[in-house]
Amino acid sequence: MSTPLSRIRNFSIVAHIDHGKSTLADRLIQMTGTVQDRDMKEQLLDAMDIERERGITIKANTVRIDYVAKDGEAYVLNLIDTPGHVDFAYEVSRSMRAVEGSLLVVDATQGVEAQTLANVYTAIDADHEIVPVLNKIDLPAAEPDRVREQIEDVIGIEAHDAVEISAKTGLGIPDVLEAIVTRLPAPKSGDPDAALVAMLVDSWYDPYLGVVVLVRIMDGTLKKGDQIKMMQTGAKYGVDRLGVFRPAMQDVKTLGPGEIGFFTASIKQVRDTKVGDTITHEKKGTDTPLPGFKPSVPVVFCGLFPVDTSDFEDLRDAIEKLALNDASFSYEMETSAALGFGFRCGFLGLLHLEVIRDRIEREYNIELITTAPSVIYHVYMKDGEMIELHNPADMPDMSKVDHLEEPRIKATILVPDEYLGDVLKLCQDRRGIQLDLTYAGPRAMVVYDLPLNEVVFDFYDRLKSVTKGYASFDYQMTEYREDALVKMQILVNDEPVDALSIMVHRDRAETRGRAMCEKLKDLIPRHMFKIPIQAAIGGKVIARETLSALRKDVTAKCYGGDASRKKKLLEKQKAGKKKMRQFGKVDIPQEAFISALKMDS
Amino acid sequence: MTVEDWQYGGFGLYVHWPFCEAKCPYCDFNSHVTRQVDHGAWAEALVAELDRVADLSPGRVLRSIFFGGGTPSLMAVETVSAIIEQACKRWRPANDIEITLEANPRSVEADKFRGFRDAGVNRVSLGIQSLHDDDLKRLGRLHSASEARAAFDVARSVFDRVSFDLIYARQGQTLEAWRTELRDALSMAADHLSLYQLTIEPGTAFWERAERGGLRGLPDEDLAADMYELTQELTDIAGMPAYEVSNHAVPGAESRHNLIYWMGGDYAGIGPGAHGRLTLSGQCHVTEGWLSPARWLTEAQSGSGDRVFQPINIQDRVGELIMMGLRINDGLDMDRFDRMIPGLLNSVAVHDLVDEGFLMVDNNRLKATARGRLVLNSVVARLLPDD
Ligand SMILES: Nc1nc2c(ncn2[C@@H]2O[C@H](COP(=O)(O)OP(=O)(O)OP(=O)(O)O)[C@@H](O)[C@H]2O)c(=O)[nH]1
Ligand SMILES: C[S@@+](CC[C@H](N)C(=O)[O-])C[C@H]1O[C@@H](n2cnc3c(N)ncnc32)[C@H](O)[C@@H]1O
Ligand code: SF4
Ligand SMILES: [Mg+2]
Repeated sequence: MSTPLSRIRNFSIVAHIDHGKSTLADRLIQMTGTVQDRDMKEQLLDAMDIERERGITIKANTVRIDYVAKDGEAYVLNLIDTPGHVDFAYEVSRSMRAVEGSLLVVDATQGVEAQTLANVYTAIDADHEIVPVLNKIDLPAAEPDRVREQIEDVIGIEAHDAVEISAKTGLGIPDVLEAIVTRLPAPKSGDPDAALVAMLVDSWYDPYLGVVVLVRIMDGTLKKGDQIKMMQTGAKYGVDRLGVFRPAMQDVKTLGPGEIGFFTASIKQVRDTKVGDTITHEKKGTDTPLPGFKPSVPVVFCGLFPVDTSDFEDLRDAIEKLALNDASFSYEMETSAALGFGFRCGFLGLLHLEVIRDRIEREYNIELITTAPSVIYHVYMKDGEMIELHNPADMPDMSKVDHLEEPRIKATILVPDEYLGDVLKLCQDRRGIQLDLTYAGPRAMVVYDLPLNEVVFDFYDRLKSVTKGYASFDYQMTEYREDALVKMQILVNDEPVDALSIMVHRDRAETRGRAMCEKLKDLIPRHMFKIPIQAAIGGKVIARETLSALRKDVTAKCYGGDASRKKKLLEKQKAGKKKMRQFGKVDIPQEAFISALKMDS
Repeated sequence: MTVEDWQYGGFGLYVHWPFCEAKCPYCDFNSHVTRQVDHGAWAEALVAELDRVADLSPGRVLRSIFFGGGTPSLMAVETVSAIIEQACKRWRPANDIEITLEANPRSVEADKFRGFRDAGVNRVSLGIQSLHDDDLKRLGRLHSASEARAAFDVARSVFDRVSFDLIYARQGQTLEAWRTELRDALSMAADHLSLYQLTIEPGTAFWERAERGGLRGLPDEDLAADMYELTQELTDIAGMPAYEVSNHAVPGAESRHNLIYWMGGDYAGIGPGAHGRLTLSGQCHVTEGWLSPARWLTEAQSGSGDRVFQPINIQDRVGELIMMGLRINDGLDMDRFDRMIPGLLNSVAVHDLVDEGFLMVDNNRLKATARGRLVLNSVVARLLPDD
């Protein structure tokens, strides 16, 4: 028996990172009695270790809650808690496609931030009704009136009836529940007897159940045991298990129009499912699929190599397992003259990269060397061919290249005006082109056209440091554009280290080259001989440093009582060398591959 | 009788006295400050330990005894006397046996020098550390420079052989300041000097301070290297060249006891935290006393003060012989390794290091060159046997 449409409300909770989405979800779950008080914990939906440790949401989560409103009716509410970080913006946009409205949470002590804006635009694109919620009003620094005004000025949406809450103390939560019922729309249409049209919202791998598929029913009814078909892939399956999240899995017999739930169907890999696909019945199915949505694409690439070369097979295993559950993460084998066998992996952004790397290191116990993150360049050859370049090491011979194009982004930065100058300088330094600059109260909103390449690495860290953490940042990819890009090689002791090659704009090459050589000089320990460190384009050296030979490394005192201990220290010294990578005769510590690229000023 | 490996270095006795009047902030030795020491009980326990070890190594020729610490000049003269007497009874003292005692250069201790001499001590090593009062204060020393010089004069009048220690490469020390101080030291020195670069050891007060970003003005690697090279130059001119990384002597005046360590001989170690190397039926053993004085005393009174008594495997032994042997001018005897287990010395690494100018082979002895000595840890790390 499915719920009448008029008593269903589906919505996502969206906000800038840390504004309190997951905490609000906690209160909604708790106050409706979906989870017993004794089973509650903070950010209940953030179940992954990494989420709990970092206190952030990475994966969107769906929960069905029952709520008896003031009008006396029992409603079914499906909420989707979404991640706030820009790397996972894709999670937000696809979640929004499954629901009709959004709670836009704004931290009343912080106000509108870059992802607040980005989320609003995505919500408008998805035709959502938006209910603004001002959170953290328990804090003395909360300024609900100012933030209300800001929402109207900056975003241009009505905010006088924004709900004031404290997700932490529970203040105002009943008002949120009422607003959901009265201000968010019910699912538009849907006939339980029509041909099945269900949207594949998400899927993930569960070690016990195999692939679990999250669906939103648009039309028709899905029942346990049904034979279904994925319209894009053409694959057919029998539904083994059907249910909803409360937030634990609870079996149901049917899912009707407007409802959100999951099924399992002996699907082996997440890759066998296409997010945005339309699911219908194998027989008497619909002919008209839903528009679908763009798949997420990795934009940042880097090499992951095991520190201990004998861990390669374990690394392959770990990467394959993680990829099973994360379709936005790509990988292919890579061999590096310097680092041996590893994988070139693609990520949604740097946080995504960090998360995956962390998981490999911790869950699979493999120490990794991460090489310089890079973007995909389009290399146009003189013969007309276009090559997608994922790895600077694979750059073809320049004489055969006609020109190169690199991805550009549109970046939106919100910043208190006292830091504006620093932010503009940072953007200019990174080859940015200013598109817009407006003010909303004491905050400036700057929009820049920037090369993605200049942003993926340490832009966000730099931004945070020049603005003492007060700036927020969001971006979207825009286009590929031609520029004067060259491959810069680093030679250590006259040997090129392929893992340190980067693509760089010609005008910036010398500065970058000099900075990298200087950094490497600090990062590589002195050896028993002197080591030239050079940056070169083609065969031409553009920067050079010399790391002088080790001059003193000797234990001052060593007598009978010291022998055992001092020898252990030397053994450690020897083992420490083994952990570094050998390039010819030079040992380079792992962290050098990333640290060498950081630009301090 | 076949020659046993330890006989390349001979046999000596090390006695550890773990008490000091105050703990110096740079010191990571097993030293403790206590209000009361039961000298009678300690003397008895040390002698009992000596007997226990002597039972295991009967008939050996005893080349040297070394009282180290801590501050052995705080020992009761009777304790020192009892140990020397018993040692000479249980082993066969060499005719020219060297008996050294480490002393802090304070007047109270200088007063006891005659007593120590009468007990048999024939060499003292004074921890003078610096000839500048402000540096002595910073090093946490209880004596002044003039008190140290006075103690040194007393020592010279009482003992045949006197050495002293200095710590250099200190906070804020310039190359020139060290030149002056070292010249001063050389002009007062008898025939032996130990010159140590200050090392910030884990677990010391200096280490903690350095970790917290304090302890500024320590020399960087280049200045430290310059200071070391200057030290070699000045001591050479003064006729007291280095015979080991940090030890200098008029030829013939080297510390015989310490040479046992560097030449890979055997030594009995008694007292808290004392280490020993004892070859028993052809197998070298490592011994190590309980660190805590109280624990050691109890254990020693009930049979053995050793916390560790175990055979050492051949790789570890070879590594230790290399590490110790390359510290001295004489280097190590390559035949000795061949006699142990041929192939344990990494000949490829030796060859490379000779090529690169860090080692040399002379009369089938492997020695560090002047350059090699300055980076000896890196050299030895390359020579250590793989496990
Ligand atoms: N004082 C106060 N703190 C709050 C409130 N709501 C959330 N917080 C705190 O704000 C921090 C972030 O809360 P989350 O709920 O994890 O934020 P989020 O928006 O889900 O964050 P992401 O998923 O990482 O984007 C946590 O430390 C919460 O305890 C509130 O109403 N008052
Ligand atoms: C066993 S210690 C101490 C002997 C005696 N208690 C004293 O302090 O004079 C022998 C010598 O090691 C040196 N020494 C101790 N700690 C040191 C350190 N951290 N760095 C350099 N030399 C050190 C000192 O010169 C000291 O005299
Ligand atoms: S340096 Fe000497 S006096 Fe100072 S604590 Fe260490 S052993 Fe004792
Ligand atoms: Mg969250």
